Amino acid sequence: MTDFDPTHQAGRRQALSCLAAWTGAAVVWSVTGGVPRALGATNSGVAAAGKTFTFVQISDTHIGFHKEANPDVAGSLRRAMTAINTLPDKPAFVVHTGDVTHLSKPEEFGQAKELLQELQVDRVHTVPGEHDTIDDGLSGYLKHFDHDGKGRGWYSFDQGGVHFIGLTNTLNFKMGTMTSLGDEQLAWLKKDLAQVSRSTPVVVLAHIPMWTVYAQWGWGTADADQALALLRPYGSVTVLNGHIHQVLQKVEGNIALHTAMSLAYPLPTPGQEGIGEPGPVKVPAGELGKLLGTRQLSLVRGKHELAMIDTPLEHA
Amino acid sequence: MMCWSTMRFSGCIVVAVLALGMLQAQAATAVAAGPTVEITKFAFTPKEITVAPGTQIVWTNHDETPHTVTSADKQVKSAALDTGDRFEHVFASEGDFSYFCTLHPFMTGVVHVRK
Repeated sequence: MTDFDPTHQAGRRQALSCLAAWTGAAVVWSVTGGVPRALGATNSGVAAAGKTFTFVQISDTHIGFHKEANPDVAGSLRRAMTAINTLPDKPAFVVHTGDVTHLSKPEEFGQAKELLQELQVDRVHTVPGEHDTIDDGLSGYLKHFDHDGKGRGWYSFDQGGVHFIGLTNTLNFKMGTMTSLGDEQLAWLKKDLAQVSRSTPVVVLAHIPMWTVYAQWGWGTADADQALALLRPYGSVTVLNGHIHQVLQKVEGNIALHTAMSLAYPLPTPGQEGIGEPGPVKVPAGELGKLLGTRQLSLVRGKHELAMIDTPLEHA
Repeated sequence: MMCWSTMRFSGCIVVAVLALGMLQAQAATAVAAGPTVEITKFAFTPKEITVAPGTQIVWTNHDETPHTVTSADKQVKSAALDTGDRFEHVFASEGDFSYFCTLHPFMTGVVHVRK
């Protein structure tokens, strides 16, 4: 667990509700009455009610990347952290859904850990991305981000009436197929959920999407269905992923799955015509922090309403 | 990153010890300079290659994204190859060796080693 100085600078930020960007996204969530909702200008009453806690998702910081698509990923992270630190509704913590580093180098983990300490929140919960587990599996990552001291990438915790689960789906790459969670982790998940009442909202963090976004690029998790089957009995399940550097969503009954934007560089849309591979997309100088896409707003029908606001680093 | 692969000098090839790998590095005199495989746009080119035993193959990553060269059984595994990084390996014995990138498992290639 990473502990940070919980001091908070109150500030004011205009939350835009119809915009999204390739980079700089910070997804702000609140949980009220057991139902995750988004915080923003359009529903600030949630915060006013004072019965909520919020958390922020960041993803794919790729500390160590220094190519043309973004020569200053540390600067991008800093801009995002400044925005987070001045949120009018202080987040309880920040979650980072993986690819903290670009090449799993010790100095990259060290720099990332140091940078993230600028966040004025109590904790930062991370899950590893495949860029964090390249050469030696989890060992480099865990030196800085072993959340429960058990020497593994997956963990769970409870806060604000929500059960949070961090999963690792970057250790089982097999030739020609999508990644997987693996039997050991699935067994752990089953055991973990056995202690959670089905009315408890569950939030799952995992780097690679827990649904098949685009198999040809490996944008999916081969055994995600087994994990989702364990989650399906729960009344409210929110799965937060990274990896594809853009906002996509899928809703299956009570399970809502969302990918987040990156803080490093954009990637093409799944199978984007004329590109052919999921490499960094270069945009003109000055455009990186601006909006290039559209915001994804999701509402889960019935009593389990869920919405999301993506805020770009740079907006008009 | 590439400290345990071979190093090339002008006019001759000096072979360092390959610390890992199911196929052992050959003595310098037994290694034939072989073809190269380019890693570009998330693909190994050529995707299939046929060499004689004892031939060294060099992979070079030209993408901005890191890749690895990893045999299907993961016995041969490069470090993360950043832009411009090379991985060199000598295939000593006959066989068909499928490999992929562990970061992008849809990137695959095959080395056919034939006398």
